[in-house]
Amino acid sequence: MELKELYQEIILDHGKNPRNKGKCEGFTNDAKAHNTLCGDKVHIYLKLNKDKKIEDLSFEGEGCAISLASASILTETVKGKDLSFITRVSDDFINMIKNKKKITINSLTPDQMTTITSLSGVQEFPMRVKCATMAWHTLMSAIETK
Amino acid sequence: MEIKNIKKEFPIFKQKINGKPLVYLDSANSSQKPKVVIDKISNFYETEFSNVGRSVHTLAVKATNRFEAVRDKVKQYINAKHREEIIFTKGATEGINLVASSFGKKYINKGDEILVTELEHHSNYVPWHYLRSEKGAVIKFAQVNSDGDVEIDEIKKQITNKTKIIAITHISNVTGAVLPITKIVDLAKERNIPVLIDGTQGAPHSHIDMQKIGCDFYAISCHKMYGPNGLGILYMKKKWVDDLPPYQGGGGMIDEVKQDSITFAEEHTKFEAGTMQTAEVVSFAEALNFIEKIGIKNIASHENEVLEYGLEKLRKNNSVNIIGSPKNRGSVLCFTIKDIHPHDIATILDDDGVAIRAGHHCCQILHDKLGIAATARASIGVYNNKEDMDIFSESIKNCQKVFQV
Repeated sequence: MELKELYQEIILDHGKNPRNKGKCEGFTNDAKAHNTLCGDKVHIYLKLNKDKKIEDLSFEGEGCAISLASASILTETVKGKDLSFITRVSDDFINMIKNKKKITINSLTPDQMTTITSLSGVQEFPMRVKCATMAWHTLMSAIETK
Repeated sequence: MEIKNIKKEFPIFKQKINGKPLVYLDSANSSQKPKVVIDKISNFYETEFSNVGRSVHTLAVKATNRFEAVRDKVKQYINAKHREEIIFTKGATEGINLVASSFGKKYINKGDEILVTELEHHSNYVPWHYLRSEKGAVIKFAQVNSDGDVEIDEIKKQITNKTKIIAITHISNVTGAVLPITKIVDLAKERNIPVLIDGTQGAPHSHIDMQKIGCDFYAISCHKMYGPNGLGILYMKKKWVDDLPPYQGGGGMIDEVKQDSITFAEEHTKFEAGTMQTAEVVSFAEALNFIEKIGIKNIASHENEVLEYGLEKLRKNNSVNIIGSPKNRGSVLCFTIKDIHPHDIATILDDDGVAIRAGHHCCQILHDKLGIAATARASIGVYNNKEDMDIFSESIKNCQKVFQV
């Protein structure tokens, strides 16, 4: 496993300039988590509308490039989507990182697919799996808070 | 034994990590083991193993004699007055828990103060917390200054007539500060306050003489002293050995057991419940022999030379921030790199065969104080040399290359 496969351009870019950072206005749900191993923190805010779509979402957090990039990519991937899509993409993502499975959901654009699979290198670094998955687990907890 | 060729004594260095020679800079976490220690463990299991202190058969006698001989060896190594002052534990953590529990049970009451410092590892804070939550004790923190030191005047300031015990680290595992433990003990003695020293980082890098230090308790972690995992030593001054109640209950620590009453063993035995680590204790004697063959003072000065060399290299890199500048630094070097998270640093260094630790190093109080969530830490052992520091500092440049900063 080459280091540059882990730290790809897309990841470095999202790590340095995370999208949707902060607390989104009028959020309806939120959840937070931290990694005791390294002190990474993430707090996800989302606005669910009556059609069970995520109208808006954002995150606050600090951590390594992998955890920030993962949270940032997450927000871009699920914004405007409904819960059935979110559950599937989240399961797919966690399966990719933990079990080296391919992404099966077919409603992603080629760009989204490239972005989300840029994190697949993490599967070769077992100690970093939690960095990549924490935001996704937190997203699901946030959805379940109401 | 020559330090120059010492890596050869450690089989772990025969392998390559990610195709590169192993540069092990995580000894503050746990040290690697010399072949003599590894051989002793397997040799003991192959030829002499039995449970100790119970049976009367030949192997039991052999094993017991070996085991108890190590108590004498440790007594001599740390210059304790009595062999009963040496208590085997499963680690420094258990040693501190033992004191917090047994001393706390008898002497800590509501409103009593326990004085620790902001430098403490969680293992010298959390055990005292139980006395706060269960008995209403107060934990006070002597503050760390901007250099990462805790000064004697700060300790003096925090002592009150309610202070029942002072529990301090010998060497910080983050800033590397070597605390003025002898002065602190002298100060405490004037006020009749017992002192526990967490020697987890101190013992592997300094000459520890219980008569010179004069403390009441000194906790040691054997796996950081080239010894086996799962073993610690608690030095406890004789008056406390005689005075404090037992810690855990079980086999070995009793005198007489009846349906309606139990009396306990005396001396160190009352603190050693259950089957003790046997191969671990026996092989730790080899770790001490190994240290003695080189000389702890030679080890310390070698480590300092390597550390200073590494510090000098890192200081030349403008993006590197070194945590703390204590007056005396133990063999620990914590740092951050601008715009690169310590966890990412550790992964990239690992790719170059360099093993460091990243995180809060079980010192959240200190990291909160420093206002940083995590740091990267390189820590030195006897097997490190200047070449390791060259590889380490090149690897840091590689981090900056990967992150394009």
